[in-house]
Amino acid sequence: MSSILDRAKLFRPRTDSSRLFQAKAAPVVSFPKVRVTGAASSVADRVFRYAMVVCALSVLAIVALILVELVVESRLSLHAFGWKFFGSQVWDPVTGDFGALPFIYGTLVSSLVALVLAVPLAVGLAIYLTEMCPAWLRSPLAFTTDLLAAIPSVIYGLWAIFMLVPLLRRHIEPWLAASLGWTGLFEGAPYGVGMLAAGIILAIMVIPIISSITREVLIAVPRHQREAALALGATRWEMIRVGVLRNARAGIVGGIILGLGRALGETMAVTMVIGNRPEIARSLFAPGYTMASVIANEFTEATGDLYLSALVEIGLVLLILTLVVNALARVLVWSVTRGTPVSSHAQ
Amino acid sequence: MHNNYLQKTFSWKRIIADRLATLGAISAALLVLAPLVAILVYLLIRGAGALNWAFLTHAPKPVGETGGGMGNAIVGSALILGISSLIGIPLGIGAGIYLSEYGHGRLSTLVRFIADVLNGVPSIVMGIAVYALVVVRQRHFSALAGGIALGIMMIPTITRATEEMLLMVPRSIREAALALGVAEWRSVIWVTLRTALPGVITGIMLAFARVAGETAPLLFTAFGNQFWTLRLNQPIAALPLQIYTYAISPFDEWHRQAWAGALVLIAIIMGTVLVVRLIAARGVMKGSA
Amino acid sequence: MGLQMSVRGVNAWFGPVQALYDISIEIPANQVTAIIGPSGCGKSTFIRCLNRMHETIPGARVSGSVKIGNLDIYGDGTSPVQVRRRVGMVFQKPNPFPAMSIYDNVAAGLKLNGVRNRRILNEVVEHALHMAALWDEVKDQLTRRSGASLSGGQQQRLCIARALAVQPEVLLMDEPASALDPISTAKIEELIFELRSQYTIVIVTHNMQQAGRVADSTGFFLLGKLVEFDSTEKIFTTPSDKRTEDYITGRFG
Repeated sequence: MSSILDRAKLFRPRTDSSRLFQAKAAPVVSFPKVRVTGAASSVADRVFRYAMVVCALSVLAIVALILVELVVESRLSLHAFGWKFFGSQVWDPVTGDFGALPFIYGTLVSSLVALVLAVPLAVGLAIYLTEMCPAWLRSPLAFTTDLLAAIPSVIYGLWAIFMLVPLLRRHIEPWLAASLGWTGLFEGAPYGVGMLAAGIILAIMVIPIISSITREVLIAVPRHQREAALALGATRWEMIRVGVLRNARAGIVGGIILGLGRALGETMAVTMVIGNRPEIARSLFAPGYTMASVIANEFTEATGDLYLSALVEIGLVLLILTLVVNALARVLVWSVTRGTPVSSHAQ
Repeated sequence: MHNNYLQKTFSWKRIIADRLATLGAISAALLVLAPLVAILVYLLIRGAGALNWAFLTHAPKPVGETGGGMGNAIVGSALILGISSLIGIPLGIGAGIYLSEYGHGRLSTLVRFIADVLNGVPSIVMGIAVYALVVVRQRHFSALAGGIALGIMMIPTITRATEEMLLMVPRSIREAALALGVAEWRSVIWVTLRTALPGVITGIMLAFARVAGETAPLLFTAFGNQFWTLRLNQPIAALPLQIYTYAISPFDEWHRQAWAGALVLIAIIMGTVLVVRLIAARGVMKGSA
Repeated sequence: MGLQMSVRGVNAWFGPVQALYDISIEIPANQVTAIIGPSGCGKSTFIRCLNRMHETIPGARVSGSVKIGNLDIYGDGTSPVQVRRRVGMVFQKPNPFPAMSIYDNVAAGLKLNGVRNRRILNEVVEHALHMAALWDEVKDQLTRRSGASLSGGQQQRLCIARALAVQPEVLLMDEPASALDPISTAKIEELIFELRSQYTIVIVTHNMQQAGRVADSTGFFLLGKLVEFDSTEKIFTTPSDKRTEDYITGRFG
């Protein structure tokens, strides 16, 4: 038992003389009488919780309402045209014959042109920012590209009308017609407005999103992948190609698709420069029309229920297309970064 | 040794590839910056010229006359944004609180997913939906309808920001509040939400900055108005709408004013974004443990 | 003044896993009771059952009875919120509210329960800070400094003041000094010693010397069971159970 007695020496009963500190005496004070009433708090708790649930459910209700309204209002058009709607190029309010093909074409082509222009630039910018940029420049540069995302669509459109379109009409399109006219993509009168203008302004609008996601995805690639490539004697570009880009591929594609989603739904800037002619043409100089643009232009002027219903149906198609594309993008981005990105990039 | 020889030729090509890639990346950065600079500079030059006190305080003059301004559009936008905030902020924060504090099952996964879906709805489609839901029922365009459309668009951003910021508040803080004998609902609002407040406000401001510039949803809800009005159930002017109408018009005078309006709009939005950056730079949670 | 606590047949679970087995203790009033034992023995779980905090963990469950004075805190109709006002808690890692000033931190328990009278709040805050031996150090900066800007030891005393401001009858302390430096620890121990005249204190500690210094009674827990409970002197000099003896002589834990 001696070990216990040894242990007992460590146990010193508390006496005044053994105090190490004279704590400024915790005086024996009496608190003022405070009546604290606990109103049936469990009721309040439940009410509060229900209120929060209602808010959450409202999100579901809103989306449901949007879908329902779109479907209901396009019923007329769905009945009248059925599947022909998607194959017909006729858009004639006078005879009441409507077909969505020119708009689907216009949306897809303008978005495609936008991606062709935006992807190399956005990915290149992202690579520069994450792999090559000097540290002092990184923050300001990133901030500036995020600023691009904050500019409203109508201001892009305004600038496009007065600066981009004249530029295209006077300089760029004639040059393109002269040098690349043989491709068939650059023929016809250079109006300035048209598919090319829409594609360019869309590209500018979409670059910040693609770049921002690509940046996140590149940063998410673990350091040891880069080190492994460098240790094998790779140049910086080779390290980027093999150690970083290859790993981030899925995420970058996801970012591109997200940019596509944004481009598909973009309305104002495109409407202001696409020329608003419901025709399908091969040349990028030709005016065109997108789904969003025709709705924006003609919705308030639509005479007759069928006209309106056709426009709503186009809206429904646009909605479904955008939702599918966005969902696909989310899955791809998530698979690389393992979780929805915390980001402030505009959607 | 032939090994050395091989390495020499290979490394020459590889170095060139590396330099080209660097050049390409730098060019990309410059090409992206160029339009931004062009836009901002152009805005400043064209906009500043037409911006004056009269512009900010007057309503439009009839077509063809010079003068007049977008005062009514600025006020109209303020009214619409006020309505949208009244809708978007409570619903957004409420949904965010639900997801963070009360939702642990399938419903919350669904809500999160659907909030993301809502975020992806094209703004013109939102306009159609609110038109069908509100304008048709009321039989006229209105500021209220515009506010509803923009308010709905604010919800997903605010919800996500609120949820993320609330989740960042450590469990120990919540336990401290509970251990004091504080009812749970009071603890959520006065302790947890209060701690996360700077981040939540950031989310609200970002949502605000985004919808402040939206035009498409207002095309067939608020519709626009050439006159001063503060009535909720009549068409009303809004800054982005007015800019659009003027920009596509054939009148030079209106073009001038469109630039001035754009400058005002950009100033408001950029100002908001800058304030957000400042709050974020100061640290999201003051002195958090 | 403090109250006695009677614990009878308390069992606790985390989901399907049982953490406490049939605990029965009489915690004497106006004394310091220490709960010691090796990691994972259930001491923290036990005191969290005393203020109904254990059940806030999803899937957690308690059975048995715990009485403060005459009130069974697990009785039907007894609200956990009421219980927690009578049984205060100080946590291992100081957790002042970061978004509130020192004043607001101490007053939080009252303000959040609807007390608005400025005069009363001022008095309570001052008294609580005196009792926590923090008043002199912060009296000029009550509203200007945030609760989280204090040093670790000061933060913990702030948390003690915050708990005292609600005027509980029992104060639970879950390893209150284990995250602190030795000097702050000594100050906290002084405080506990002083406070026992006004409150019933239950302190969980893994530091046996600390239990020896501050506690009147000590309970030894092992693997979710109460092995022995007696006066501190007896536990440390002539324990009845061999397992207790093994623990305090350092053979394990």
